[in-house]
Amino acid sequence: MLDGAAISGGAGAAVLAATLVAATAAGLLWRRANGRFRRAAGSAADEGEEAAMPTGTDLGAPLGERATLVQFSSAFCQPCRATRRVLAEVAAMVDGVAHIEVDAEARLDLVRALDIMRTPTVLVLDSAGRIRTRASGQPRRADVIAAIGAAVD
Amino acid sequence: MQVDPRGQRFAAALTSAVLAAVLITGSAWLLAAQAAVFLVGAVAGVRYSPYGLLYARLLRPRLGPPPESEAPGPPRFAQAVGAAFSVAGLVGLLAGVPVLGPAAVAAALFAAFLNAAFGLCLGCEVYLLLRRALPGDRAAAA
Repeated sequence: MLDGAAISGGAGAAVLAATLVAATAAGLLWRRANGRFRRAAGSAADEGEEAAMPTGTDLGAPLGERATLVQFSSAFCQPCRATRRVLAEVAAMVDGVAHIEVDAEARLDLVRALDIMRTPTVLVLDSAGRIRTRASGQPRRADVIAAIGAAVD
Repeated sequence: MQVDPRGQRFAAALTSAVLAAVLITGSAWLLAAQAAVFLVGAVAGVRYSPYGLLYARLLRPRLGPPPESEAPGPPRFAQAVGAAFSVAGLVGLLAGVPVLGPAAVAAALFAAFLNAAFGLCLGCEVYLLLRRALPGDRAAAA
């Protein structure tokens, strides 16, 4: 009685195959985009959106003299700790670069204003506090260094 | 207490296999068993879920200590999401609602497979989107 007639073998197999294909495609797309820095809306080239510029007061810590790495984290986030390690290491290595971590759940105002969809999201701010690039997902160390290089220019 | 991420991937792979079998056979018993596994993982923590215990007994001793451990909160939250989908699927199968059963099982399988194959925790990703969408800034209930 509990063996549902709702799914018969053939239809079930078709649903199974479609689900696995869709999940594989989604996974491959995700892996390609994950942790890549993209030029953010509101970047220096996009003067119209500078209203979304976060200040040191917003973020609860002073911005770096040359650049700032702003990391949005949350409790339900697997790669946030590894991201913190990478960013802290880079900030310690490069003079004038600050690393600020923001708890996304405590700052939903910022999450909405800056259009943060996932944790971790890393924003790279230049010396004026403009958002130059952003990455969602754990970024690679070399990419962080390159993004800082571009923001400092 | 930290958890071993390899155990999570193992549990996700087992979950995927079970959910795939549910889609093929349409067995509500099998889905009920998987829902119970999700619930134990969500309520007691993933290390006490049957798959977690299996991993700790059988595989972990051969693999040695993990190179990296992770916080138990995210996978636990994801187990709760999995439990919700399995219960919805179970209701669909038992009540004979036409699309609900397979759709809910397929959604749970989609997430479990992404975790097993790519290490992506979909439930964890959805969490912030939900918090964003809900009005207000009060602290998380969890």
